[in-house]
Amino acid sequence: MHELAIAQNILEIVEQSVPEQQAAAVRRVRIRVGRLSGVVPDSLDFCFRVILSETKMRQAGLAIEQVPTISRCKDCLHQFQFEDWAFTCPTCKSANLELISGKELEIVEIELTETE
Amino acid sequence: MSVITIERKVLEKNDQIAQRNREFFKQRGIFVLNLVSSPGAGKTSILEMSLQQLRDAMHIAVIEGDVQTDLDAQRVARYGVPVVQIVTLGGCHLEANLIQDALKNLDLAGVQMLFIENVGNLVCPSSYDLGEAIKVVVLSTTEGDDKPLKYPAMFLNSSVLIINKIDLAPYAHCNLNVLKNNALRINPALEVFEMSCFTGAGISEWCDWLRKKGARGL
Repeated sequence: MHELAIAQNILEIVEQSVPEQQAAAVRRVRIRVGRLSGVVPDSLDFCFRVILSETKMRQAGLAIEQVPTISRCKDCLHQFQFEDWAFTCPTCKSANLELISGKELEIVEIELTETE
Repeated sequence: MSVITIERKVLEKNDQIAQRNREFFKQRGIFVLNLVSSPGAGKTSILEMSLQQLRDAMHIAVIEGDVQTDLDAQRVARYGVPVVQIVTLGGCHLEANLIQDALKNLDLAGVQMLFIENVGNLVCPSSYDLGEAIKVVVLSTTEGDDKPLKYPAMFLNSSVLIINKIDLAPYAHCNLNVLKNNALRINPALEVFEMSCFTGAGISEWCDWLRKKGARGL
């Protein structure tokens, strides 16, 4: 639901990072989205295209890397990825877990075509 | 093809303002709670019950967030506490800068505790730090005992769970133990209160807990 606001935040950061004369050369913005970040990748991609259509960067798109939710059990140190939101260790059933990844919402890099 | 490496958080601007809000609250010794839930879970009713019990013991202020209307601010204002209504005009959550602006219109003299009632939504508000000390998620029995599993991020990011409308649990076929266990599976550190704003059950326990938090300042 808040993907439009997120897309605007991404655009702002891209505008701060790319000199204005190079804006038309932006092709791809790589971002990392954790499965626990509350962001729907398809919806974010759609919103980003919409707000970009009014800018010099209209040829750019998002490359979204989805980051899995990975936890480490503080009791048996088993590290695992989970899908079903059962926040218990599959090995020892402990709930004493530490989240290692899954909350990411980060811009990694911006790709530009070479300008002459 | 050339590449500019950035490695920046998308919500960094919000996080920076939230941090500024947090320092502001810390300097003044104000304990701040961010109340989150789906629409109609009972956030405002819980707030009213809390104000009724606590307003003579401590100074409390309230920031209300809604998509439209100042109905909630009107309800809260009856208890004689400073209140500001944020109308998001479609926005599905509060952001740190809205809180920063609202603080300018709030009389915080002597205030020890600030309630921020977020926009009713069990998804988006979990992503936005407002500068609060804790998030309190309210889930009512009529929403069903499976909701913690369906909306895990909110329960993961909260410190307190209030299960509201416990008087309606039998009619809503909601099993309180199942609900509680589902929430604790996602976040074992959750402090859980069971409540009914209709019968008044659980309000005193919650207010005792708030008194201790308020006395400690942070």
